[in-house]
Amino acid sequence: MSPTDVVSQEKTSPSRTRIVNDFSIQVATVNGSGSQTANIVLLRSILLMGIPVSGKNMFPSNIAGLPTWYTIRASKRGYVGRKKEVDFLVAMNPETAKEDVMTLEAGAAVVYDEPLKLNALRSDLTFYPVPFDKLVTAVCPDAKLRRLVRNMIYDGVLAKLLGIDMSLMEQALTKQMGKKAKAVVLNQAALKAGWDFAEATFTKQDPFHVERMNETAGKILIEGNSAAAIGCMLAGVTVVAWYPITPSSSLCESLIGYMRKYRMDKETGKATFAIVQAEDEIASLGMVIGAGWAGARAMTATSGPGISLMSEFAGLAYYAETPAVIFDVQRVGPSTGLPTRTAQGDLLSTAFLSHGDTKHILLIPSSVEECYELAIQAFDLSERFQTPIFVMMDLDLGMNNWMSNGFEYPTKPIDRGKVLTADMLKKLGEWGRYRDVDGDGIAYRTIPGDGLPAFFTRGSGHNDKAQYSERPDDYVNNVDRLARKFETSRKFVPAPVVEISKDAKIGIIGYGTSHWAITESRDQLLEETSVSTSYLRVRAYPFNEDMVNFIDAHDRIYIVEQNRDAQLAMLLKLELSPERSAKLRSVLHYNGLPIDARTVSDDILAQEGFEVAKRYTAASASSMTGGE
Amino acid sequence: MATPIKVNRIGLEPQIYKGGKTTLCAGCGHNAISERIIDAFYEMGIDPRHVVKLSGIGCSSKSPAYFLGGAHGFNAVHGRMPSVGTGAMLANQKLIAIGVSGDGDTGAIGIGQFVHLMRRNLPIIYIIEDNGCYGLTKGQFSPTADLGSKLKNGVVNDLPPIDTCALAIQLGATFVARSFSGDKKQLLALMKAALSHRGTVMLDVISPCVTFNDHEGSTKSYSYVKDHDDPLEEVSFVPFFEDITVDYDPGTTQEVKMHDGSRLLLKKLDEAYDPTDKMAAMRVLHEASRRGEFATGIIYIEPDRDDFLRQLNVVDEPLARLPLERTRPPKAALDEIMESLR
Repeated sequence: MSPTDVVSQEKTSPSRTRIVNDFSIQVATVNGSGSQTANIVLLRSILLMGIPVSGKNMFPSNIAGLPTWYTIRASKRGYVGRKKEVDFLVAMNPETAKEDVMTLEAGAAVVYDEPLKLNALRSDLTFYPVPFDKLVTAVCPDAKLRRLVRNMIYDGVLAKLLGIDMSLMEQALTKQMGKKAKAVVLNQAALKAGWDFAEATFTKQDPFHVERMNETAGKILIEGNSAAAIGCMLAGVTVVAWYPITPSSSLCESLIGYMRKYRMDKETGKATFAIVQAEDEIASLGMVIGAGWAGARAMTATSGPGISLMSEFAGLAYYAETPAVIFDVQRVGPSTGLPTRTAQGDLLSTAFLSHGDTKHILLIPSSVEECYELAIQAFDLSERFQTPIFVMMDLDLGMNNWMSNGFEYPTKPIDRGKVLTADMLKKLGEWGRYRDVDGDGIAYRTIPGDGLPAFFTRGSGHNDKAQYSERPDDYVNNVDRLARKFETSRKFVPAPVVEISKDAKIGIIGYGTSHWAITESRDQLLEETSVSTSYLRVRAYPFNEDMVNFIDAHDRIYIVEQNRDAQLAMLLKLELSPERSAKLRSVLHYNGLPIDARTVSDDILAQEGFEVAKRYTAASASSMTGGE
Repeated sequence: MATPIKVNRIGLEPQIYKGGKTTLCAGCGHNAISERIIDAFYEMGIDPRHVVKLSGIGCSSKSPAYFLGGAHGFNAVHGRMPSVGTGAMLANQKLIAIGVSGDGDTGAIGIGQFVHLMRRNLPIIYIIEDNGCYGLTKGQFSPTADLGSKLKNGVVNDLPPIDTCALAIQLGATFVARSFSGDKKQLLALMKAALSHRGTVMLDVISPCVTFNDHEGSTKSYSYVKDHDDPLEEVSFVPFFEDITVDYDPGTTQEVKMHDGSRLLLKKLDEAYDPTDKMAAMRVLHEASRRGEFATGIIYIEPDRDDFLRQLNVVDEPLARLPLERTRPPKAALDEIMESLR
């Protein structure tokens, strides 16, 4: 069993040309074995070598004892999406080792725990056996700690085999360990033991090399959840209510860490925020709505199951018009689904979350930088439009480490939206909470405690003075105004990013983390088959007029999504003419693993009538099992 | 000469404390509760503009529209008012929150949020207008309906009731009281005491449903409750801004000092009842229930426990009003974070 979706190819003779800064390493371990430190150190040391790099953790929904894979990709061209093929395997898990090896492509290299005797399995791979237990015993006298430093040995072996500067690896190690001096010393010894062993034992036989580049100066490594948390803090969030759920928990947890450090009042030592771990997702959103209604900037973060639970409250916030910011770090559904795997499967249900005629604004970041920026923007939009804003992330973005430019400090003042003032009240004469004074569907609100006229907020039918009403005309006027407000938002939400290639007949539409596979796929299509493509990356729902223009400018449109049902395509078709809808085709990837460029390219080529080798299958049928 | 307009101690007229015209049934106990709320807020001199009224769904939850018209109201979703109230108080702890719920809204769909509200000791007055049935959907049993009580159509309840007071005490609520909508004097004194408590006040008010649950066989009808009401103590509340002239015999009263300096005087009818003793409170509830009676009055009080905002160590000013310079860390902070990620 392996987390790849590659079917092994028999090739006659593997290529021996040097492959520099363009390969992937997969480390197969057991979760709970402390491999995360070793993997991050390896990742960061490659970054410090100046080479664009990305790391993806494929882990089980379990605390300890089940298989885990971590994939590190070095890419001189800067591709940070998932690469399907594993070039360099570190096989530490006896349970999966055999299958991990059998699914490799010919020419790959394998570092493995010597007793596993994997070298007998294949003759078209390069094998490097390492006696991990023997090496760790020598450097770590305390038997209890051996499990934790054992993995650092493979970092040392890889440093030697791939040519990673040991001093940079040690630098990465020190950064990871922080102030734990004893741990640093132990791990350094393990690192060195691996390096020494590899130097004394192995002759380099594989083609993979790391060489210094200068492409990562100033870059940071961060998970999308932390990036979003930083955005929330700088947006001035004051009330946070949340309920733990994978893969969103680390968003609120890292927010707690940042807030405790940077948001304590200097004079009193008290918090300029309140963060509450609520009893469930329903209460989380209830608290956010109450706080937003009373004038705070409030947020929650969850994943699909939590979004389903929030449905009723989402409708209340939409209809009663209270601001709320909700992060949905999407995982695989339906139901409990695959809690530790990634998907873009909540788009459609979230856009229309709740009963009756309800529709919501969605923001869709693709990068950690956008997690940060759109988090800030989400608070402005939720107050401007007095409505919930859903920030649609996914597990791949939220929980994996991404290389990025440093984030820019916000320069724009925050937008608190239409809040009634005493002056305005004098000018208006009479105020109605739900009265459309400006013709944009957005009414002026007052905030409890501000001394201005009060109103009765309710999820039941109301007129423009917020009075209970069951009158047909009051109902229609109100929901029509809400629709008008939604139309207004088209001009305010982040516009799509459009790249037009001259003479391209094909347009690609994508969003979220699919962006990274699409970017790489466009290069593949152009370089391998001379297929030129344009690209529109959606960043928000509702869409703006760029969408229609883009569709009109191309003959065929491929919409790339990480869900089964082509959810963005469905959303689009609700608004498009039949002629435009007829141009739409879908590229769908939904096996729980992040989408990769090859999948996109092959799918588009096949639909374009190219002969595409049937090299790939859907996710390995013997899939990962066990655990909850 | 015109007669001087009657005002309260902060100079506001009674009219300001009134709400919209009730749409509940004539004689509904809930209306009497609304009237006591109006009286208590007026007499205590609380500006409605600093008050937030919250409710869930049901007959009880309609009632915030019928009192304190000058206050902001939020009629939330069924059983989820506690979370909305929590959010509002987190946003602005200067607000005075009063939540009105029913026995179905609290005991059935909302039991989860009720439980966690009681645990947190959020400053809020949480009133259950308790009639043991679902009025708005025409009289089905609620979880506080007594074992053996009968619906109009003869259906008998064979499930044990939830005693919201016992539950609240067990969960850590710091002010737990029970009263009867028809007992004007006691209910008003309890409301006023509630307004002086900093923390969660859980006030269960038996409020007979005149339409669906006021017949023979109901244990929450006017006649049943009148006959089975067992006042624990005579409650007299002395606000800190009033001259204290009481004439209770020191030997038979107990004084509880409230957080704002006012005093609660409990004239004990029961010889050794101590409302600060949790065990005694639980015993009283169980014994009353065994006798088919309702113990009324302040059943349990713990005036000094930190409320939720203090536990969260929140700044004194309302979070909702903090200026950007206090909620957006400076550029140096972002730079420091970025550096730590390189």
